[in-house]
Amino acid sequence: MAQIEEDLSPGIASRLADQARGLVKGVFLLRESWVGMLGAGILVFWVIVAILAPVLAPYPPDQQISPLINAPPMTAAEPGRTFFTDEGMLTTDGTEFYILGGDSLGRDVLSRLIYGARSVLIYAPLATGFAYAIGILMGLLAGYKRGWIDDVLSRISDMILAFPVLVLYVVIITVMDRSAMNIVLAVTFASAPGIMRIVRGLVLDLRNRDYVAAAQTRGESSWYIMFREILPNARGPLIVDACLRLGYTTITIGVLGFLGLGLPPPDPNWGNLIAENRNIALTAPHSTVFPCLAISSLVLGLNLLADGLREISLKD
Amino acid sequence: MIFFLAKRIVLMLLTMLIVSIVLFAVLEVNVENLATRVLGQFATPEQRANWLEENGYLRPIYIRYIEWITGVLQGDFGHSTRFNVPVSEMLWGRLGNTGLLGLCVFAVMIPLALTLGILSGMKEGSSLDRSITFVSVMTTSVPEFASAVLMSAVFVFALGWLPGTSGMTQGFNWAEMVLPVAVLVLYGFGYIARMMRASMAEVMHSAYIRTAVLKGLPYQRVIVRHALRNAMIAPFTVIILQINWLLSGVIVVEYFFAYQGFGALLLDAALNVDIDLIMACAMVATVVAVATQTIADIGYTYLNPRIRFS
Repeated sequence: MAQIEEDLSPGIASRLADQARGLVKGVFLLRESWVGMLGAGILVFWVIVAILAPVLAPYPPDQQISPLINAPPMTAAEPGRTFFTDEGMLTTDGTEFYILGGDSLGRDVLSRLIYGARSVLIYAPLATGFAYAIGILMGLLAGYKRGWIDDVLSRISDMILAFPVLVLYVVIITVMDRSAMNIVLAVTFASAPGIMRIVRGLVLDLRNRDYVAAAQTRGESSWYIMFREILPNARGPLIVDACLRLGYTTITIGVLGFLGLGLPPPDPNWGNLIAENRNIALTAPHSTVFPCLAISSLVLGLNLLADGLREISLKD
Repeated sequence: MIFFLAKRIVLMLLTMLIVSIVLFAVLEVNVENLATRVLGQFATPEQRANWLEENGYLRPIYIRYIEWITGVLQGDFGHSTRFNVPVSEMLWGRLGNTGLLGLCVFAVMIPLALTLGILSGMKEGSSLDRSITFVSVMTTSVPEFASAVLMSAVFVFALGWLPGTSGMTQGFNWAEMVLPVAVLVLYGFGYIARMMRASMAEVMHSAYIRTAVLKGLPYQRVIVRHALRNAMIAPFTVIILQINWLLSGVIVVEYFFAYQGFGALLLDAALNVDIDLIMACAMVATVVAVATQTIADIGYTYLNPRIRFS
């Protein structure tokens, strides 16, 4: 009955409703895998932290209270010490303290960590999304058009993939200087070939299906077939891969920050936090340990989510 | 076979040539920057121009490329502006140090990863399999720099068992190798273990293993004599290609622990726009990358008689 109703009114509204239903079904499917649920939980936690950063953070991320330089967690400042802020000179009354301690410039580690979630959750998906756009385009072209396009694209990506990733990043950032835009470009350059390979493999499998032949007979353009017929049917493995790749990109942005090649200071992304406090990592580890735990938990969440999604897709 | 090998080697050389040309051209963008690095930021534009002129950076790029490549073919990688010594003087020693680090990492990581992979692939879905898989996902989620910080916090700061830097200033010291090796092993073993597990699981499902079990062979014999030989083929490629990953990993680890190796050298060169040194390091990375790829391909073909040379 429902089938007939849908056939009678094939409007945009019903298609949207269909998609929404698919999404809800997907979320429910995830419940079958506790690993996936755990991963999704961690991811949602960090997304909420990032969105609510101004509410959750006890201090602005760049606020310096010099008596609290390298202060251990939960330790109050000595009373009667003076420090400078935007509002002028202030004196500590012995009640100021940082929950996770202060960093080497007297800033609150917790507040920077919370604002860092924002930075990480903006740039990592941005870079991954950009890499996906390019990688999907390359993969569709190579897999569907074949011929010389395939040869050229495959050769180029083989060459890029053969190169150690981090060496590639170091060289790229050296040439282009550190900035958010260049990190996005570098990540795209280094990971689009890998995405292309996956998409190409999927397309090679899908291009001989009947519905593609049907679309070709209808006289659809090859762009329509690539994006409307083939791509939607390749989405399953791509979503799993995207979760994993988002994790890699998070690590990459962290590593670049750690090496001093990432987002320029005072950006509080977690790699930068570790780099800023690296010289005191062995004497006052609180300012580096917590950002490390944060980035590890986020990447773990993404990896678990990918595992859960893969588990579910293998079930049916 | 000989034709196949020759083809691979020609392809390898061609790749290296193209990479070197691209790199050389790309690094040129920053020549002005190099002059600033060498002369300091208060040098006048004329001084910079003079320096570039004197050191031959203003000549056409193809002439300098030809000069560079003839030098490289004779073992001369140019001059490091950062350390003010010939590049080749530093490069080999640093590479040796990294080679030693890599050897230690592989010596620990491969047996560990293969054992865990075989154990979990033998009985898919068992509680042992699930725990091993979960642990390997956990360790692969902790980036190298994070585990370096966390392990130093525990073993250097809290417990005081190990030295926090690995500069080897008082000669070679095994204690200083422990943390760098541990960090790399921790991040790297999960991937190999997963590959081994997948390969093992696939073999365990095959008909000839069922036959071996059904004809009454002892389980241990089935695993060692029948399953392992075929299950080892796929991970072989992965292991060889891990050498490539190691080249990335050492940059972080050597930087954090101040280990005098190739990765730290490359980073130093990059941060100081030391063009000759970057070129040399990047070429070494290319050679390693392309060579491992070729060895992996050849090894895979050799180990798996079902794939014919074509």
